[in-house]
Amino acid sequence: MDWTLIISRAVEAGIGSEAIIYALAAIGLNVQFGYTGLLNFGQAGFLAIGAYAIAVTVATFGLPFFLGVGIGLLLAAVMALLLGIPTLRLRADYLAIVTIAAAEIVRLVVRSVALSDTFGGTDGLQAFSGSFYDMNPYPPGEYGIPPIIGFDNRSMWVLTVGWVLVAVASFILFMAMKSPWGRVLKAIREDEDAVRSLGKNVFSYKMQALVIGGVIGSLGGFIFALSRSAVQPDLFSTDLTFYAYTVLILGGAARILGPIVGSMLFWLLLIFIGTGMEEAVNSGAITFITVNQVGAIRLMLVGLGLVLLLIYRPQGIFGDKREISLDAR
Amino acid sequence: MRRAVIAFTAFMGGLILVFLVGASTAWAEGEEVRGTLRLQGQPVQGVKITVTSDADAPVGDATTGADGTWSVPIEKSGSYKVTLDQATLPAGKALRDPNRGTLTVQVFEGNARNVLFGLVDANAPPAGQGDDGGGSSYWTRVAQLVFEGLNLGLIIALGAVGLSLIFGTTGLTNFAHGELLTIGAFLAFFFNTVLGLHLLIAAPIALVIAAAFGWGQDRFFWGQLRRRKTGLISMMIISIGLALFLRALLLFLFGGGGESYDQYVAQAGIQIGPISATPKSLVAMGIEIVVLIAVGLALTYTRLGKATRAVADNPALASSSGINVDRVIRIVWAAGTCIAALAGILLGTTQNLNFQMGQQVLLLMFAGVTLGGLGTAYGALVGSLVVGMFVQVSTLWIPPEMKTIGALVVLIIVLMVRPQGILGRRERIG
Repeated sequence: MDWTLIISRAVEAGIGSEAIIYALAAIGLNVQFGYTGLLNFGQAGFLAIGAYAIAVTVATFGLPFFLGVGIGLLLAAVMALLLGIPTLRLRADYLAIVTIAAAEIVRLVVRSVALSDTFGGTDGLQAFSGSFYDMNPYPPGEYGIPPIIGFDNRSMWVLTVGWVLVAVASFILFMAMKSPWGRVLKAIREDEDAVRSLGKNVFSYKMQALVIGGVIGSLGGFIFALSRSAVQPDLFSTDLTFYAYTVLILGGAARILGPIVGSMLFWLLLIFIGTGMEEAVNSGAITFITVNQVGAIRLMLVGLGLVLLLIYRPQGIFGDKREISLDAR
Repeated sequence: MRRAVIAFTAFMGGLILVFLVGASTAWAEGEEVRGTLRLQGQPVQGVKITVTSDADAPVGDATTGADGTWSVPIEKSGSYKVTLDQATLPAGKALRDPNRGTLTVQVFEGNARNVLFGLVDANAPPAGQGDDGGGSSYWTRVAQLVFEGLNLGLIIALGAVGLSLIFGTTGLTNFAHGELLTIGAFLAFFFNTVLGLHLLIAAPIALVIAAAFGWGQDRFFWGQLRRRKTGLISMMIISIGLALFLRALLLFLFGGGGESYDQYVAQAGIQIGPISATPKSLVAMGIEIVVLIAVGLALTYTRLGKATRAVADNPALASSSGINVDRVIRIVWAAGTCIAALAGILLGTTQNLNFQMGQQVLLLMFAGVTLGGLGTAYGALVGSLVVGMFVQVSTLWIPPEMKTIGALVVLIIVLMVRPQGILGRRERIG
């Protein structure tokens, strides 16, 4: 058992690009689910839109990188509007089903053979992140605290941009939720009819929350694409959305720090357990499973974790039980 | 509550043990290109497959085994050409597209890349593609697609009825319902291939266990959560967690590859008018129709069915008029799981068993239920048939790989125009 390797991998995952991606996805969900009580089950679709906007703009059409970023943000907003119009007046589970269907539509479109000239089919797209890494201010080399943390200069650049995005999104959210606007969102979560009777346009506020959450999700998509320098359609399956929910509920919904801490802890634990079990299998300490089955056990733990969290501690680490909109209709 | 969770865990643990006895797993390790050569579900043996690098440097070759599988280990990620030696194909079997004997594939780091070669029976002309462009062949294709749509719609309906009844009686949108199909299919697989029972014996055993699993799920899990007054949204997310858990459990036990039953794998199609169908799909459709009609009659005429509809309508009122609501819900769970398992088994006879097979039809079930009207059992029937039909017939105009997209788009449009669905009532939606 190589404990340095296990701890190193776990710590690196806890501050690495996965933690950033899921933190951004969960911050978006926090606006929608945590503060407003909207069940968006299609966050993977928003991430896919962000990732593919950059990839298609640069790799397929050869247009500038920042245009791709702009298109991604715009498309995420448009998708949120399209989803919100038919469903926001309906019951919560309708929004859930429509958003999950929409996310699957996005995934099936980008992986289709018919459109593979544009989206690259199941293999996805590569070679679009050049201009992003050209902006890298870090000289080549290894950074970190040996022997635990070590990132190359490319990862350092992704991590810097990613955590800055997380910080900026969280700060804006912090200010917004203290404002009257944020209080209206929370009021909608608690009692929609009461807010309506106060003369607020509930539909409009819900729509704003849906759009903002979706756009923050697309930021996660940008980091997803850039950190791997590749996009593949099946990375954006519905499981991504559900992991993001696990992250959010672990950290605590309706709390600014909830998604961030949730994401770091989620990945730290997941990689710690996964690598730990792999090492145990390789060193012969565990003999009844193979290394490849470790992945399945990890997934089982995520599912079990989500179930147990909701039963015993729905408010997660930071949350307040009275503030979680789990008892809505 | 704690006791209940422990009991549930023990129940799941028992289930794992049942599976563990002889679950076969086929895991690939490291980077490789691999595949399984099948024709109509039947493995094709003794075909030589060569892998070369992009620059035509030889990497390795393999010959398909008795189960049709082949694999070639490779040393690093990159682009590879995979060539099927068409001269080694057994007599009567040919590539569907002879020009696609060499495929270029991208292998990513640490991945095993599956390569598929499409085969056809060289002796029989492909179904429904007699003369191209002729008017009669177009209608033959329409008839064939309507038939296949009916087939798919019936399977979706079996799953959707349970989903809809559970929603109606408890308000739970069960995202783990797709996994109930998968569990049914794999239970039958376990008794069929591992214990060697004929599928006709294995399937009923699997259905009984599935019903017990459904009953137990409500007795030890959902019922306890209801008693704790867990919120509906909370339960919905719990069902997602349960779905992730069950899916990963099946992946753990049976591996990520496709499996198939020992019987009824390959059958020659028979021609009925314009439609070509395998006998097994006709029998499957017969079973589906009988079960669905039985469920419909039971709901309409039996005491229990009436009680079920009463609970779905208004649980408090039903309870006060002497109906044992918990008992009704438990029976709904058992029956719903049993029917879903039947759908899974029947689906498994027409396609490969896979740990994701249930998840893949879950959205179609949702589409059927929503289209018919959430919470109405008859609506779920009608909606599912429409969805299945639409999915298959839409391939006349759109590529087959996009057929699911069509159904999902229709789902969204229906919610815009008539959110209560075909048979739903206005009051349920707001």
